[in-house]
Amino acid sequence: MSDGAAGPKTMTREDATFATLVRLAPSREDARPRRKVGLARRQLVQKAAFGLLWLSGIAAVAILLSVVGYVVVQGAKVLNWEFLTTPPAGGLSASDVGGMSTTIVSTVYLVFWTIVIAGPLGVMAAIYLVEYAEEMEGRTGLIPVLVSVVRFGVEILAGVPSIIFGLFGYALFVSATALGWSFSLRSAAVTGACLVLPVIIRASEEAIKAVPRSYREASLALGATKWQTAWKVVLPAAAPGIITGIVLSVGRVISETAVFFVTFGGTVRAPDSVFDLTSPGRSMALHVYYLAMETRAFDKAMGTGAVLILTIILINLLMNVVSRRLASKLKGR
Amino acid sequence: MRKMVDAGVRYVLFLSALASVFIVFLILLFTLREALPAFREIGLVPILTGTVWRPQQDQLGILSMVAGSILVTLGSVLLGVPLAMGGAIFLAEVAPPVVREVVRPAVELLAGIPSVVYGLFGMVVLVPAVRNTFSVPGNSGFNLLSASIVLAVMVLPTITNIAEDAIRAVPRDYKEGSLALGATRWQTIVRVTLPAARSGIIAAIILGVGRALGETMAMIMVIGNSIRMPGPLDSNPLTLFLSQARTLTGNIAVEIKYATGFHEDALFATGVVLFVLIMVVNGSARLLIQRGGRK
Repeated sequence: MSDGAAGPKTMTREDATFATLVRLAPSREDARPRRKVGLARRQLVQKAAFGLLWLSGIAAVAILLSVVGYVVVQGAKVLNWEFLTTPPAGGLSASDVGGMSTTIVSTVYLVFWTIVIAGPLGVMAAIYLVEYAEEMEGRTGLIPVLVSVVRFGVEILAGVPSIIFGLFGYALFVSATALGWSFSLRSAAVTGACLVLPVIIRASEEAIKAVPRSYREASLALGATKWQTAWKVVLPAAAPGIITGIVLSVGRVISETAVFFVTFGGTVRAPDSVFDLTSPGRSMALHVYYLAMETRAFDKAMGTGAVLILTIILINLLMNVVSRRLASKLKGR
Repeated sequence: MRKMVDAGVRYVLFLSALASVFIVFLILLFTLREALPAFREIGLVPILTGTVWRPQQDQLGILSMVAGSILVTLGSVLLGVPLAMGGAIFLAEVAPPVVREVVRPAVELLAGIPSVVYGLFGMVVLVPAVRNTFSVPGNSGFNLLSASIVLAVMVLPTITNIAEDAIRAVPRDYKEGSLALGATRWQTIVRVTLPAARSGIIAAIILGVGRALGETMAMIMVIGNSIRMPGPLDSNPLTLFLSQARTLTGNIAVEIKYATGFHEDALFATGVVLFVLIMVVNGSARLLIQRGGRK
């Protein structure tokens, strides 16, 4: 932490505290006689500084309110039951007529499949990383190496920008040179699942780690196997955290655009059913993009954007309520 | 029987854990495989240093996109970091609990707003405002400045959250020691808490940079997407930020759907450059966090 001075790395915390205080506090005071920086003056500086800090806190709220407020107020002009229930009319270039119903349907299908794919996979991976990988620590061999590779992989995956996921999905699923699924619900759903997998793994990992050791020990002491313990004791206790992670992923899929722009196609017609995996579609977020960029139908874009924002706010609220209720329920047991 | 189930389950779980590594592997494999022809035919250096992007005529210079990405990221850092740091210090040290309960969810919600919505807001509100405020010939409003403002808001939650955590992680005894010596709270923040949280704060900013480099849709919507090298519009060098530009991410998203053959390879090459850039940025943040954690 110290700049030039080659500070020994073995410094204890107390040493560090002391060094920080000594290095930082008196040197400045020496430059100016202490009397001159009276308490009143210092408090004045503090007031001014805290004023600025308050301003930046307020700014964050103000930015949120102005973006959300503007989009919702502008969107409200076109929002009505008819807008929600009629499909966008015309083709790619004429979708400024009509509503947004098919995009809601497409979004629901997309969310369903991404979570069906990524949810179980992510939770199982997290169980392995917490419950099973622990016993590998300190051991050598192929599996422990693979475990650390997996951790690294999750880390990398979480940092990959969404357009790279899109590019990958395009190359592997959409493009005719590989699987040749073209723009379709299945291409979009599998790519989207890759995108949210690290989110689910990380949230589930945290939740499973937070389950007290004593739960596991009690279960194992009763003769349950490791898997029985994980399935019947650890998972239910970790459920609130896991659900929070999944709901977070739902929000991520709903708001993601770049990935689905290059895998889902963009046709205004929704797939016939949730099992119509080979049809292309257009999610709500994509609809906003097409309306704004292709047709310049800003009023409809605002309407769709408003629905999008309200959905996200609803999801955030739901997430808080669910995790709080489940947490208190478990505590009560 | 239970033992057998237990052993079987172990392998199923292990395989699911391997899935994420497999995905990383597939991403690398497919992006590199598709990009390879471009790198082999044109070469890495001409791609990175060339300023002419005409994929149909085998000219694949992406320097102007690299410049666009870096400039807009720089702009967003300049605009967003002071605000984000102010917010982080405010939340960690100054805000009364009641206020914190309002500001923290607001910051979280800022992170949840879809990037197309930011892009839409930028197109409808910011772009006209920037166009009307700066009456420089050639300023369409779709430019680096508008994009930087949008991006600053988008990286704000990332930086605020991580920096707040870093500030909170500073041990109490540091602060108490300083306060006991008669320093005011503000002096303690500036001279003790912030220096002690320095590596975490820098990591927060770097992760913000990573986030900014990867943003796609909002950028396409407000930056203008010109393939020309961004440059000042008149004699004032600051008008550079009123110039149109295109980001690496935007280059991919705008063209991928109609690109074929060599053009497509060129876009994957753009993806590889972006990927490497972001891995370097995120990796350095990770190193900093680990170094900070060890102390």
